[in-house]
Amino acid sequence: MTSTKKDPVLVVLQLSGGNDALNTLVPYGDPLYADNRPTVRVSDEQVLPLNDYVGFNPSMAPLKELYDQGKVAVLQGIGYPNPNRSHFRSMDIWHTCEPDKVGLEGWIGRAIRDVDPQAENVLTGVNFGRGLPRSMAAPQVPVASVGNLETYGVLTGIQDEERDEALELFSRMYSPAVGRGNVVDYLSHTGMDALKGADILATAPGMYSSTVEYGNDTVAQYMRNIAMVHLAGLGTRFLYTTAPYNSFDTHAGELSAHAKLWSDTSRAISTFYQDISEKSASDNVVLLVFTEFGRRVHDNGSGTDHGSGGVAFVIGDRVKGGLYGEYPSLAADKLLEGDLHFNNDFRGLYSTLLEQWMGLDAKPIVGGAFEQMDFIAA
Amino acid sequence: MAHQDIELMAHLMRRAGFGATYEEVERRAANGYEATVEELLSPMEQPDLDRHLLDRYFVDWKEMNALEVNQAYLTYRMINTQRPLQEKMTLFWHGILCTGNSKCEHGRQIQEQLDMFRVLGMGSLRDLLLELSRDPAMVFYLDNCMSHKDAINENFGRELLELFSMGVGMDGHANYSEDDVKECARAFTGWTITNAIPRYPYGRYASQFAFNAADHDEGEKTFLGETGNFGGEEIIDIIARQPATARFVARHLYNFFVADEPQVPAWQETPPRDPEAIKMLEDAYFESNYNLSAMLRTLFNSDFFKNARFAKVKSPAETVAGTMRLVQDFTHPKPGLHPIAMEIRYMGQDLLNPPTVEGWHTGAEWIDSGTLVERINFTADQIGNTALPGVRAIIDRLSAEGVTEPQAFVDRCLDMVGSYQLPDETRDYLVEHVEKGGQLQTGTDDYGHRVGQTLQLIVATQEYQFA
Repeated sequence: MTSTKKDPVLVVLQLSGGNDALNTLVPYGDPLYADNRPTVRVSDEQVLPLNDYVGFNPSMAPLKELYDQGKVAVLQGIGYPNPNRSHFRSMDIWHTCEPDKVGLEGWIGRAIRDVDPQAENVLTGVNFGRGLPRSMAAPQVPVASVGNLETYGVLTGIQDEERDEALELFSRMYSPAVGRGNVVDYLSHTGMDALKGADILATAPGMYSSTVEYGNDTVAQYMRNIAMVHLAGLGTRFLYTTAPYNSFDTHAGELSAHAKLWSDTSRAISTFYQDISEKSASDNVVLLVFTEFGRRVHDNGSGTDHGSGGVAFVIGDRVKGGLYGEYPSLAADKLLEGDLHFNNDFRGLYSTLLEQWMGLDAKPIVGGAFEQMDFIAA
Repeated sequence: MAHQDIELMAHLMRRAGFGATYEEVERRAANGYEATVEELLSPMEQPDLDRHLLDRYFVDWKEMNALEVNQAYLTYRMINTQRPLQEKMTLFWHGILCTGNSKCEHGRQIQEQLDMFRVLGMGSLRDLLLELSRDPAMVFYLDNCMSHKDAINENFGRELLELFSMGVGMDGHANYSEDDVKECARAFTGWTITNAIPRYPYGRYASQFAFNAADHDEGEKTFLGETGNFGGEEIIDIIARQPATARFVARHLYNFFVADEPQVPAWQETPPRDPEAIKMLEDAYFESNYNLSAMLRTLFNSDFFKNARFAKVKSPAETVAGTMRLVQDFTHPKPGLHPIAMEIRYMGQDLLNPPTVEGWHTGAEWIDSGTLVERINFTADQIGNTALPGVRAIIDRLSAEGVTEPQAFVDRCLDMVGSYQLPDETRDYLVEHVEKGGQLQTGTDDYGHRVGQTLQLIVATQEYQFA
């Protein structure tokens, strides 16, 4: 926290529900796209082309701008072997890097432990949303999980001076005492961590002012909270948030729902960058946007069902923009049970972020050596 | 009524159920401890919830598809059941004989499994394991429908031994071999499910169990030292007779009802924390022909249970259901149940969707800085809401008793939420806090407010996180 060189920060935005890769990074140059999407299709004229084969969904204009500035790496065909089409299981795999057995430790939880092994800063990792995603969970790793930054804290239901008194009492009750047993000690320690984290976090909104305006959707509001905490300089290195539970699960009515989701999401991302750039605080931030799987190649008449082979984004000043990996083939004989075949292991993406960006040893975190990509500028 | 009877009854209701209001504790204590244990052990003598009424109000309970709908339903049951031990045992088995929504055809399938636990969860372990092996959600979850005569899938066969009945080992030795796993899986070949009725146009239906004789391995098998042409039923008979099975179930019951034990994978090497208690439960298991109610009767009437006050960290389900029972909210169908049920997830227990087939890790592992804040804030918000009937009843009671002296005031507040006890130092802080607020005067708004405030501080203590 005292170093003059800014520490790298990783922000993660999780798109829950399985974002439809085909209607996000649209392979409009492939006739098979139109064949497979008789109804749930983005028309050629509307696509925001990146080249003559793929383009962004028209609702992603703000992201396209960042792309044009060379700040967006688009990771095509991302996934893992033997894809699982359950939301929960697939998200678990992305969270724990354990495709074969069920793991309990999250990859960011492990990374936090590497960065801050003594847990000196209870805010090394901060999650925005209710409940901690498993990606951030690891034993003995304190992580603040914030539902609402403005009101975050212990005993928030108590008002005004009464709350001050209650918190004063809370900290006396939770102070370490002798002879109360291991579990009570652990609870005391955890309670004090929570209180300390909440006290520090509570300072962030007061230190923040901005000319940019975020949207009212959940992702935008949490990206604003992330900006506040980042700008407050609390030594936070991992910030995480999730689009509302399963919102990207577009089985029906996809075209309108998906357009709204991406217009909100890309606006939130672009506003976030504008906000922190204005305060010269964007050069040490990289944002990862991912989802648990892509969706079925052929539409179901109104939406799309669970598939595999998705698309992820890495965004930042220090990112070398462009397309990475290959777009998986839409040819019937190249599909995996009707889904795009991944060709880009997400653990390689994580390894790149952990080693080239965060400066950590990725192998123990992602469970092995995976081919890294070249999207971080030296 | 002797104070110690009230304390003991509060303890029993917290463990054998989801807690009780002070009035209920008093009523039950007047009835007697052993009589209450017997009542809890006879759930069928109490009325079930009125499903017809509930289905009319909560329309999506008809189909029971989405995870959240199933969670809301289960939460409602835990809050309102008049058969608390039955519901508690359902939660117990759900955490051990695990099936998860992450791999399930649809939500109703797990709900039907829980219904099966309600019926069989307090009877013979043999019957329960047999029905579990035929349970469509389980057959699908652990791939037994993918296990064929010529190509066995060991998943169910292994977990049946490792996680559902015997455990990997005890007293430092293994309980079974890899060959036993294979032979067990062979015996269950052909135990499969029918194809589900298509979803359209009538909605989702649960799959049914089917025995496919043509896909069953009829060959001779050697399992745990016995040889014969075993099918699944014979395998379960053999499992039920094993001392390891008695030990495994006894330790699980102890961990769930008495005091936190180390996590299950440590059981092969780590002896029970109270070997005599485990021995009593094992004896009850064999003497009763594997009957769970007999084990529970022994457990609840034992000194080791009665003395194990506050020796367990509450699970999120116990925290939320217990709080709602205490404040007497959602005692009837009304809007807003879903967010209450979601609190259990935020506290780290996604009901019907355990993280793995091992279920949830329990005890101190429920707590991290995020879940602790969720727990304290939720509980404090509910108990501090003086408009809720259960909180109102506490205020009226203390008011009627004329409690105005600060020490007595704190002590009575502790009694009202389940006869909790605090270390002297913490109790002194609370008394000081009450004193600082000035003279208490019953019948005033200030009195009610300060009862609520004191209850909020009590539920925020470390001690209150224990059951």
